Parts: sequence; C-alpha cells; structure tokens
Amino acid sequence: MSENLLEVTGLQKHFPITKGLFKRQVGAVRAVDGIDLNVQAGETLGLVGESGCGKSTAGRLFTRILEPTGGKIVFEGEDISRKSVTQMRPLRRDVQMIFQDPYSSLNPRHTVGSIISAPLQIQNIPTPQGLKKAVQELLELVGLNPEHYNRYPHEFSGGQRQRIGIARALALRPKLIVADEPVSALDVSIQAQVVNLLEDLQSEFDLTYVFIAHDLSVVRHISDRVAVMYLGKVMEIAHRDDLYKNPRHPYTVALMSAVPVPDPVRRDRGQRNRVLLTGDVPSPINPPSGCRFRTRCWKAQDICATEEPPLVTRLDDPDSHLTACHFPVVDDEAVAGRTPAETPA
Amino acid sequence: MLAYLIRRLINAVITLLVVTLVTFGIFFMVPKITGSDPALLYIGKTADAASIEGIRVKMGLNDPVLVQYGKFLQGLVAGRDYANGPDVTHCPAPCLGYSFKTEQEVTPLLLSDLPVTLSLAIGAAVLWLIMGVSTGVISALRRGSIVDRAVMTGALAGVSLPVYFTGLLSSAIFVYWLGWLPPSNYVPFLESPAEWFVQMLLPWITLAFLFAATYARLTRANMLETLGEDYIRTARAKGLGERTVIGKHALRSGLTPIVTIFGLDLGALLGGAVLTENVFNLRGLGYQALQAIRGNDLPVILGVTLIAAFFIVIANLIVDLVYGVIDPRVRLG
Amino acid sequence: MSRPFLEVKDLTVRFETDDGIVQAVTESNFSLEAGKTLGIVGESGSGKSVTSLAILGLHRTRSNAKVSGEIWLDDQELVTATNDDVRALRGGKMAMIFQDPLSAMHPYFTVGAQIVEAYRVHHPGVNKKVARERAIDMLARVGIPQPARRFNDYAHQFSGGMRQRAMIAMALVNDPKLLIADEPTTALDVTVQAQILDLIRDLQEEFGSAVIMITHDLGVVAELADDVVVMYGGKIIERGPAVDLFQRPQHPYTWGLLGSMPRLDRDVRDRLTPVKGSPPSLINLPSGCAFHPRCPYAGRNGDRSFTETPVLGGGVHAVACHLPAEERTRLFQEEVAPNL
Repeated sequence: MSENLLEVTGLQKHFPITKGLFKRQVGAVRAVDGIDLNVQAGETLGLVGESGCGKSTAGRLFTRILEPTGGKIVFEGEDISRKSVTQMRPLRRDVQMIFQDPYSSLNPRHTVGSIISAPLQIQNIPTPQGLKKAVQELLELVGLNPEHYNRYPHEFSGGQRQRIGIARALALRPKLIVADEPVSALDVSIQAQVVNLLEDLQSEFDLTYVFIAHDLSVVRHISDRVAVMYLGKVMEIAHRDDLYKNPRHPYTVALMSAVPVPDPVRRDRGQRNRVLLTGDVPSPINPPSGCRFRTRCWKAQDICATEEPPLVTRLDDPDSHLTACHFPVVDDEAVAGRTPAETPA
Repeated sequence: MLAYLIRRLINAVITLLVVTLVTFGIFFMVPKITGSDPALLYIGKTADAASIEGIRVKMGLNDPVLVQYGKFLQGLVAGRDYANGPDVTHCPAPCLGYSFKTEQEVTPLLLSDLPVTLSLAIGAAVLWLIMGVSTGVISALRRGSIVDRAVMTGALAGVSLPVYFTGLLSSAIFVYWLGWLPPSNYVPFLESPAEWFVQMLLPWITLAFLFAATYARLTRANMLETLGEDYIRTARAKGLGERTVIGKHALRSGLTPIVTIFGLDLGALLGGAVLTENVFNLRGLGYQALQAIRGNDLPVILGVTLIAAFFIVIANLIVDLVYGVIDPRVRLG
Repeated sequence: MSRPFLEVKDLTVRFETDDGIVQAVTESNFSLEAGKTLGIVGESGSGKSVTSLAILGLHRTRSNAKVSGEIWLDDQELVTATNDDVRALRGGKMAMIFQDPLSAMHPYFTVGAQIVEAYRVHHPGVNKKVARERAIDMLARVGIPQPARRFNDYAHQFSGGMRQRAMIAMALVNDPKLLIADEPTTALDVTVQAQILDLIRDLQEEFGSAVIMITHDLGVVAELADDVVVMYGGKIIERGPAVDLFQRPQHPYTWGLLGSMPRLDRDVRDRLTPVKGSPPSLINLPSGCAFHPRCPYAGRNGDRSFTETPVLGGGVHAVACHLPAEERTRLFQEEVAPNL
C-alpha cells in the first residue's frame, strides 16, 4: 500500500470556445483547472462534485482519453501526460475505464462475446484456454450467464449491461480502473449489486479505482479517500471518515447537508441543519477570481475574491486535512447548524 | 443573429466559388480527356489552321489555365470581351460563353428556358407540400388506422414509381383516353394564365406525386416522434385541447425538418427537372441540359450546372435563415 | 364520512402492445388529504409514473391504454368522466411537474409564453397583459431572479435548477389543489435538489395543496412525504405513514430498497444488502407474489408465494406479503435491521 500508482500535478484541460466568422478563440471552458492528487495502489479514490465540476474530464485525463492542456500525469513513475496514441497502447492494458451509460458505450451490433474479447485481441493477449473460454470466465466473474456469449447488448437489462462494461474493462487485468458514474443510470437495487461487485473484484484482483460520482453516499460507501471538486478545482481531499465526519470546506459541508436522508423522524424534529446554497454554479468559462466558491459561500470575505486559497492542511486544527479555503469550517460550527437556510429571493 | 447571417452568406459565396472552380475544371479537362479541341467544336472540322488559331486567340484558349479561369469569373461578374485584334465580341455579365452548336450566347438562351422550369417547380412544390404534409399529419394522428395504411401504401408507390412511368401513364389516361386535358404544349403565363394552368396541371401532379410521397412519409415519421416528446405531454397536462396540442405544439416542431428538405428539393428542381420536362416536352432548363449533353455542348452544360448550383446554394442559405427564425436554439446558440 | 380529497380505488392500467399486454398498474388503492404529501416509491417499471398519468387522465390519448377502477378528486370521479371534464381539471385543479424540465418544455416557445398559455386556457376571459403579469409573478414566486427579463427566454437558456423552477411556476399558475411531481429532482444536482424540495414544501404550505411525490429515492420521500406507497411490478406492496414505514418497514422488497442505499446518517457498512436479481417484465409477471423470484423468504410458508397473489391488507400501515406479521417483525429486527 501507500505506493502511488497515479500522480497528478497541476493538471489542466481547457476546451477552446471559438466565435465569429473566423472561428477565432474567444475563451476556454476551464473544465479542469489545475488539480493535484495521487492515487495509491489498491485504494479507491472517490471523485465527487456537481455537474460541470470537471470530475468526468479529470477521469478522461487520467486514462489519457483526453490530452491535458497543462500539468503532469505520472503512472507508475512514468510521465504519460504527452504520450501519443501509439505510445499509450501498451499502457491501455493497465488503465481501463467504465462509463456511465451502459446503453451507449456498448456497440449494439456486436455480440457480448466480441465486445469483451476485443481488448484481448487488440492487445494480442494470449488466451491459453481459448478466447471464447476466456470471455466466458469473465462473464461468470461479473455475475452473468457465460452461455449468453452470443447475445447482443439490447438483450440485457441496464444492470447487466453495466456488468458487460465491467467485464470488458477487466479483460486485460488492468491495475487502475477509472469508473465514471458507473451506477448513476441504474435502479437503486441494481446500483447496490454493482457496487458490491466492484468491491469484490477489487479485493480479488488488487484493483485500484478512481470512482467518479455525484452521489455522496455511494462515494462514501466505496471510497478509501475522497476528493471534492468544484469548478475544475479540488476543494478538499481526505480519508473518507475524516472528510465525512469533519468536513472543512464550506462547499463540502453544503454538499453533504443537501443529501436527503431516509429518516423522516430527523425531518420532523427539524434536525436537518441544511445549508442551502443560493444560485447556480458559475460558468467554468469565467470562474470567479480568488476562491471559486466564494460567490455562493456564506463565509466569504474580501480576501476570498483576491487570493486563491491553496490546498493545505492547517496546523492549528487537529482534524484538519487538505482543504482549499481561507476560512475553513470548524467542528462546533458544523454542529450548530450555521447560517440560516436562505431561500433564494 | 447578425453574425450567424453573415457567416451563412460568406459560406454561400465560398460554395459558389468552389462550384465555378469545379465546373470550369470540367470544362477545361473534358476536351483534354476526349482529345477534342474546343476551337474545332466552335468552328467545325473543315476549318483551316489559321481560322482555328484565330478562334483560339479570340476565346483565350491559348492563355494559361489560371488566366482563363480568371477571365471566366470576370465574365460571370462583370462581362467580358472576346477579342482577336480588331474583331471584338462583347459578352455582358453574367457571361457563360457561347454555345458550340448554335453559337448563341448561353445566358439569354438559358434565361428564356427559366420561366418554364420555374412554372413547373414552384407549382409542383406548392402541390406536393400541401398533399404530402397533410396526408403525413393525418397518417401520424391516425397511426395504424386504415387511412394510415392507405396513405403509406400510396406513398410507397409514389416513391418507387419513376416519373417517366407515372408521367406517361397519366398522359395516356387524361389526355389520350379520357381527353380531359389537351396534349402538352407550353403556354407562357403572361400570354394566357388559364391555358398555362391547364397545360401545367399534369406535369405538376406527376412531379408532385413523387415528392408528396416522400414528404408524407417524412412528415408522418417526424410527427410521430414529436408526439412522443415530453413537451407534448406537458402541453396536455396543462389542459390544452387536442387541437392546440397538435396544431400549435406538435406541428411547430414536427414540420421543422420539412423546411430543410423542402428548400433543397426546390433548389435542385429550379436547376431543371430533367425527366419531367422531357416527358412532357417542356422546354425548360432540364430539357436544355439533356439536349446539351446529347450534343456535347460544353458551354451550355456548364451554364445549366452553374444555374442549378446557384439555386441550390441560395435555397440552402434561405433554409439556414428560416431555421434561425424558427428555432431559437439555432439563433441564440 | 366524506371522501378523502383524492381517493384511488382499484386503479388498473393495461397497455396492449405487439409483445403482449403490459400490466402497468394492478388494483391500486390509496388516498390523500388536502395539504398532505404522498410519496410513491419504486424502481423503473414499478408503475409509479403510470399511476400519476392515470390520475391526470393522460392515458386517454393513447388508444392502446385501458384504465379501470375509480379516481375520486374532490368528490368527482375521473375514470368515467368525459374528456372535456378531465381536461378542464388538468392544469387547473390538478397539475404536474416532470423529471426533465428541458425536454418537458417546448423548445420553440419562450418560457413566459408557455406559462401564459397554461394560465389562459383555464382563464379564458383574461387578456394577455394580465396573464403576462401573472406569469412574471409566478416566476418571481418560485425564486427566479429578474423574472420580467427571463419571461422572454427559452428553456435552453435556463440552468437546470431554474428550468425546474419555471416548470413549477407553470404547474402552480392556476393554484392547483393537487400537485403531482414525477421525479422532479432526479435530473438535478444535489444542492439544487435541496433548493427545489424546499421550494415545493414552502409552496405547499402557502397554497395548501396536496402533493404526490413520485421518486425512486427513499431520501427524497423521507424529506417530504407524510404517507408512503411502495410499488413493485405495478402493485402496491406496502403503504403507510412515512415515519412508521421507515422505522418498521414490513415488506422484504422495502427492506431490500433500504439495504441498497448507503446512507450518510449512519456508519459505513461493509456491504450493501440489495435485492437479488432484476425487476420483472410487466408483460410476463411472475405467478403468485410478483416479488417471489427475488424474495429471500419465498416458500417459507408452503407454496403460497408461487401460486397466490398476496393482498394488500387494511389498516394504516398495510402490506401485501404472505409472511405472517409476527415473523416479519422478527425477521426485520433480527436479520434485516442490523445490516441497515
């Protein structure tokens, strides 16, 4: 453990916006705008945030499906941030991705057998037991009937399709799997089945996961460490229990307080302590100066507009962890219910 | 919206430029490939070397290719002079050169054919739009009913039967057998609107039948898709009557794709409906084109091609603009 | 005793398709008082949305749909009412908001125009100016900044949260007595979801409407609902007051739903305890109890689970399960609750 499989420093991805007759670039969507984090071998790093925070883009950068605008991605000590498609090919064995939508990420005209065996063939992996047998073993591994080898994706339910996607990612026995919202399109009970499957596979094959999701409860359940993203930046990163018990960034606090809890008693006793954020997430084309969260933050002061807070641990707080905030939340404050829930006018 | 408009306009101009380049390239290359000499085509094989050379100089055939293309463009925009010493012939803009066959200027020749083509295309377009869209909508609303099945069977026939078959068949029935309509003989609208109408009726119906079939199928598919949209459910949930739901909410988006295809179809037809014009002996651009191809009359072919391309590009431009008006997502990004 | 504000009796909805008859909703019974909120929970294909569309009479335009049973809204029966009578109620006395506000709004009409249209269809005498003022009022009421300016915007120019607010404004423009919200926050981010749920709660208090909240998210239900109905395979399998249902859930499927959810208010569990298998096909429902292929307790009391459809019992907290009540209580306390 604790050896870094993936190290990311200053990672950026800007998508250019062009305008006018000559398509000149007038700006950029700063989807990922300078993030530092690392993923240790064998762990699950949760990447959580609302839509547009850049978590999916970050995942696509880690797997080098996208080329970074700036920064460095180091996988197993090797800098892969500028590698070409051909140079990346051997690395594809080690890094795989699972996607959100099991409907659109499987080619409807290919049988499940050929979908799962494709990575094996592309990478010329020898299968001593035969390709078909290898695929059937994979199908069995993810809880599908190996006899359904010749069926097409549309013959499977949503949950089963996600299992096919997992089998495909698993075929090359990768070290790192980046899972982008792998369960959000699934029904609640199927979601839990897939989460359990991912956990089982992790312990069986020593997998390392980057688990990208917007659902804080699922991320908490599956992750060892969690990074909270907002507008292309990491706001807070910590071990799961530290983060969920002692959130330090006001955004994390707000995010967690917004999650509905299946306990009507708490509601009736008025124990919700909800921090209602006003307004919407600002545009990633023109992120606010200084701290990006300041426009929606109830603790914001003048310095927040001028100075971007670094991602640091504070020495004066025993429960502190990497947080990018000038005025991090402290414990008793978190319990007291903070600012009254403000209804947007 | 203004930037959108200007961008479209510039696109259109560039497209037209490319079309002139390609057509001119063909004009220049075809004699090379077939081993014929444009000068000879003008003057006839019996001419002596001196007069052939004279034609070459006058038509500019000895100039480098780029100069020839430049002069060709100049002729289109500003007109040009063909000169061999004191022998000067002025060809006013838009100059498309001279026919090999008749040695007439191509532009007036084609312009005189245009009213016939316009009459045919626009009349048919009105007809097929009404026929196609209305049957398509009814078919979609009565999906699975006998009406729907009848319309779709008819549409299948319309799509699969070629114009020269339906055209000849309808002529045989309505002109020769029943005698309801006179044999085809085009009468200009300004001469006698009534006769013009009677003369055009059969060509219109024949051409419209073909297109109406496609439009009926397309409209039906679009309407069915729109009727399944969430916002149609919302419209019903608001308590709107079915008439408003269909007439206002569904038609508005169901018919939008029709605009695109209609613009392109009409644009293409304005360049000449070759089959229909020939079947009904209408001397329009399509008729002219066929004659020119038969006679290897390159300048006329070139002219017809350019006019057709011009109409298609213009139609495309109009479609884009109409789209900007209909769909706020296009207009406002 | 007078009828409840909304009473649904033996509601059954069938769709005839080429593949067979879809048994979308089967003999559904529930009621709702004015000012209260009913949560309908279930996974996709459980019949929860079909139920709500049936109340609004929106299956009437589908020629292959068959709706039977009774729906009483404020002492008026809706299943047998004429199309015009139901249409007059739709968007007036009862209104609905949908899951995806972008696709639920017409892309070619401004948001304002769509709200005005909703208002004028139920207030035919009102002129455009008054309707416009009313629409701007509503936009302001649901928390849309600069409502007069946003009136002229199109749906695609709104953010997801603002769009859902506009949708709510449109639904509430005629002061409906019943508001049906079909997964109103599923497409939204969690902080925006919290805003919208608060908004719905505030507006309900202000207008005193009854609300039906349809969702797959037990958390959302717990936030709003007074009573909860759990649906599975087109049938109600459990029904009861929210607090009771969350504290003493009775049906093994409800246990499975709770076991599937990681929760922020509890310690992290080693494993989730979901229901095995997948939801049934509504064309080919399993015999007996539709849940039996996925139920860990099926067959405990002889063959009844496989042959006999359990009936939703009476009482405040009702359940459709063959297991005896005492055994269910014991199972929940000993086997299920420790794993939640």
